Amino acid sequence: MGEVIVVTSGKGGVGKTTTTANLGAGLATHGHRVVLVDADIGLRNLDVVLGLENRIVYDITDVTGGHCRLRQALIKDKRFEGLFLLPAAQTKDKTAVSPDQMKALCEELKQEFDYVIIDCPAGIEQGFRNAIAGADKAIVVTTPEVAAVRDADRIIGLLEAAELRDPKLIINRIRPRMVRHGDMMSIEDIIDILAIDLLGVVPEDEMVVISTNRGEPVVQDERSRSGRAYRNIVRRIKGEPVPMMNLDEGGFVSRFLRRMIGLS
Amino acid sequence: MLEFLNRVFGREAGGSKNVAKERLRLVLVHDRASVSPQLLQTLKTELIKVIEKYMDIDEESLEINLDSNETQVALVASIPVKGMKRVTRNLASGI
Repeated sequence: MGEVIVVTSGKGGVGKTTTTANLGAGLATHGHRVVLVDADIGLRNLDVVLGLENRIVYDITDVTGGHCRLRQALIKDKRFEGLFLLPAAQTKDKTAVSPDQMKALCEELKQEFDYVIIDCPAGIEQGFRNAIAGADKAIVVTTPEVAAVRDADRIIGLLEAAELRDPKLIINRIRPRMVRHGDMMSIEDIIDILAIDLLGVVPEDEMVVISTNRGEPVVQDERSRSGRAYRNIVRRIKGEPVPMMNLDEGGFVSRFLRRMIGLS
Repeated sequence: MLEFLNRVFGREAGGSKNVAKERLRLVLVHDRASVSPQLLQTLKTELIKVIEKYMDIDEESLEINLDSNETQVALVASIPVKGMKRVTRNLASGI
């Protein structure tokens, strides 16, 4: 019996889809069977981030509407053994799937997969309510900005009202240099305000843009810092105690000095 | 040493983060203070139960609101009292 994890945010554009894709790919490389569900009906995105956009035949509404069997709609990722995608519909609206249908779908997927990860649409409307209907656990993604943290706070309240207790936080796109200069809220600042457990921190990284362009999850990139951050988060989801990454690599001068002293 | 070099090559510390934090704190004070009418109604019912043990109150004109200003939120209740209950008078006079 697997577990259903919903990835939420409140505010759009903070990195839910990228997070979903990377956590899924990361968990699959650990040998787990993982299915990613794109619950953003009408705005299909997860397929593009995963590079699976050309292989879609059926979507989630075909499954809930009984036009095809669940198995037919699942797209197998050829690069990651055990990773599957259930795409969102592109031509319908958020009411195309009901909370009860979503619950039933999650129950069915749980039988067959270790992890069911749901990419939730932004906002707090029906799409959000549908996406969380069948979830056991929730991850909240935010960036270190006032608007994103405010919306994260609202989402945490709504998750708790929906009996999804103890959501975990991922802080995305943090810029260590700006934090050091006092021009960006730090991890501690955000955790203090939201009073929620931290699951991980992903530094701002151009490699994410490049990997999304290519449709290859950055989690498999050994050299990128964001990839390493995602790999750490994956291990924490599995229950391993992984210490937080040291984001303070410093600027050019301190990097140079560290290399001289051998502190790399 | 690193700190010193960072300071020389970087900008002055103490930037806009604190402004962001304070604005966020205030906006959340207001966000979190918005309670549903349903919850207020439940609170009202429970309050009446407690206060009625000691006083006769005018339930019709009882008012409960959340007042928020710039920096804080307060629960403000206006509860007209019609009279004291016997038990309260006894308690007050120490009998």
